[in-house]
Amino acid sequence: MNARHAQAWLLALALAALGLVALGVSVGSTGWEGWIGPLFDPGADEAAAALARQIVFDIRLPRTVGAWTAGALLGLAGAVAQGLFRNPLADPFLLGSAAGASLGVALALAGWGGAAGMVGAGASGAAISVWSGSVWVRLGLTGAAFVGAVLAVGLTLALARGVQHTLRLLLAGVVVGVVLGAVTQLVLLFSPESLQAMQAFLLGSTGFVGWAAVALMAAVWGLCVLAAGALARGLDGLSLGEATARSLGLPLGALRMGLVAVLALATGTAVAQTGLIAFVGLAAPHLVRALVRTTHGWLMALASAMGGVLLLAADILARGLIAPQELPVGVLTAVLGGGYLLWLMHRRSRQEGVR
Amino acid sequence: MKSDAGVRADGTAALQAHDLRVCLGGRAVVQGVSLTLPRGRWTCIVGPNGAGKSTLLKAMAGLLPLDGGRVELLGRPLASWSRRERARTLAWLGQNEGGPADMTVWDVAMLGRLPHQPWLAAPSAADRAAVERALRATGAWDWRARALGELSGGERQRVLLARALAVEAPVTLMDEPLASLDPPHQADWLALVRALVRVGRTVVSVLHELPFALQADALVVLAQGRIVHHGACHDPATHRALESVFDHRLTVCAVQGQWVVLPCMTPPDEAPLPS
Repeated sequence: MNARHAQAWLLALALAALGLVALGVSVGSTGWEGWIGPLFDPGADEAAAALARQIVFDIRLPRTVGAWTAGALLGLAGAVAQGLFRNPLADPFLLGSAAGASLGVALALAGWGGAAGMVGAGASGAAISVWSGSVWVRLGLTGAAFVGAVLAVGLTLALARGVQHTLRLLLAGVVVGVVLGAVTQLVLLFSPESLQAMQAFLLGSTGFVGWAAVALMAAVWGLCVLAAGALARGLDGLSLGEATARSLGLPLGALRMGLVAVLALATGTAVAQTGLIAFVGLAAPHLVRALVRTTHGWLMALASAMGGVLLLAADILARGLIAPQELPVGVLTAVLGGGYLLWLMHRRSRQEGVR
Repeated sequence: MKSDAGVRADGTAALQAHDLRVCLGGRAVVQGVSLTLPRGRWTCIVGPNGAGKSTLLKAMAGLLPLDGGRVELLGRPLASWSRRERARTLAWLGQNEGGPADMTVWDVAMLGRLPHQPWLAAPSAADRAAVERALRATGAWDWRARALGELSGGERQRVLLARALAVEAPVTLMDEPLASLDPPHQADWLALVRALVRVGRTVVSVLHELPFALQADALVVLAQGRIVHHGACHDPATHRALESVFDHRLTVCAVQGQWVVLPCMTPPDEAPLPS
C-alpha cells in the first residue's frame, strides 16, 4: 500500500547520493577546488589535467563511492539485524563482528610490528598504519579484519547453539563482543607500538578506500541486497511471532541462517574496509521508519540507501569541518547518531506520554 | 453428542490427537490426551489457568515438539504434510504475539497468504480478494492503510484475526481470540465463527469467556493437562464437568434459551477471612 511512498523515497535517496558524490568529488582538503575544471577544459595544460585526473579518479571518486557503499552495507545490516532480533535497537555489530574485526586487526598489527622489528626494518611500528597506502598492508589488514569478523560470528553461533533461539543468539553476541574486546586490549597492551594505528581503525575512516575496496564492497552489497530481497517476506512473517511464522509454513531455521549470513557478510566487509563506524547501521532503519511505514523489503532497500547517504554526508562533513585537517568519520557518525537516538527516545517517550 | 459425530463417511476427522504428551521445562503440561475434533464444527477448549489449553492447541497445530503421541490432520499424520501444504490447511491465531508495528494493516493481513504464494511472487488477484474479504469480515477494512502500531489493542487483535482468516484454511485454530475485544466485537467474532462453520470450516478455540464457549458445538474441558470431559455444550454432563474443574465457583444455567455462567459466591460462613 505504501509502496509508492517507498519508491519515491528510494528515488530521492538515490538522487541525494548522486548529488553527494558530485560534491564529494569536487570538495578537497582546502575547500572547493577547481580540480574538475582542468579535467574538462581542453585549453588546460597537460600536467594540471593529469594531476586533476589522478586526484579525482584515484583518490576522491573511490573514497566517495566507497563511503556510500560502506554506509549502504551497514544500513542494510542494521535493517536485517532489527528484523531478525525483532528489536528496533538491534545493531549490526551485535553478533560480535566488530569485536572480531578489531581483534583481527590488532593481531595483524602486533604481528607485523614484531616481524618488522625482527628484520630490523628501520622505524618499526611507526611505519605501519592501518590506513597505510601500501597495497599489501591494506590487503593484509582487510583480510585480518574480515577473517576476525567471520570467526567471531561463527563463535557467537556456536555459543548460541545455532540460530533457533534469538535471545540466546543476542546474549552470545554480547559475550563474544566483551571477551574479544578484552583480548584486543590485552594484545594492544603487549604491543604498544600498534596502539596508534589501532586507534585509527577503531575510529573508522573512509580516507584510504581504493578502487579494489570499492569493487569488493559493491560486489558484496549486490549479493547481500539480492539475498535480503529473497528473505524479505520471511522477515515480514517472522515479525508476527515465532509460532505464527511457523504456522505460515516458513522454514525458520533456513531463514535465520540466511539472515545471519547477510548480517555477517555485510558488516564484516564494511568494517574491514573502513573500520568501526558507529551508529549508521542503527540510525538508518530508524530514519526510514520515520519517513515511511512499510514491509521489510522496502525497509531494507531504503535503509541501505539511507545508510549510504548518511555515511557519505558524514564523510564530506568530516573532510570539511576542520579542513585542511580531517575528522575521523566514525567520530562524526557517533556524535550525530547518538544525538539522533537521544532525540528519538525523547520524542517517543513524549508521544507515549500524550497517549 | 459424542465426539465421533461429524466424522465424514471416509472416517477422517479434522484433527485427531492420539495419546498426546507435551513437556515444557521438564514438566508434563499435556499428558495422555486423545481427542477427535470433527469437521465443520466449532470446538472450544476450556479449563482453569495452567490446565494446558494453549499447549494442547499449539501441539495440535504442529507448533510444538511432541514428547509422545501423534496428531492427524484430515486423517493424515501431521508430520507427513509438507510445510506449505499444512500451512494452507491449518491456520493459526496465537495469543499475545504482537505484530510488526511498522507494517500497514493490509500488508499484515496479506501475510496470511504466504502459504499460497510462490516464493518471490507478487500477490495474485485471488490473494487480494481473500485479504479484502478477511479485512471486511473483521471490520478492519477501513483502516487498511494505517500502520499496526497506530491501532489500539482490540483493533490490532481484529487485524491479526483477519490475517488468520486470509489463509482461508479448512481448519482454523485460535488461542484466546476474544482477548482485548470489546463486547460488540466479541459478538461479531461469534457471528464470524458461526459463518465459518456454516460453510464447512472447522474452528478450534481456547476461550476463557465461558458464556461464549458455551455457544460452541462441543466443549473440551481440560484440567491439569488431561481431558476431564468432551461433550456437547447443552449436555448437563458438560456443565457438571465445567463446574467441577472450576471448583464449583461457578454455575451454568439457562437464561432466555442461552447457557450462561454465573459466579458462585462462597457462602459467608465458609469464606476465608482476609488476614
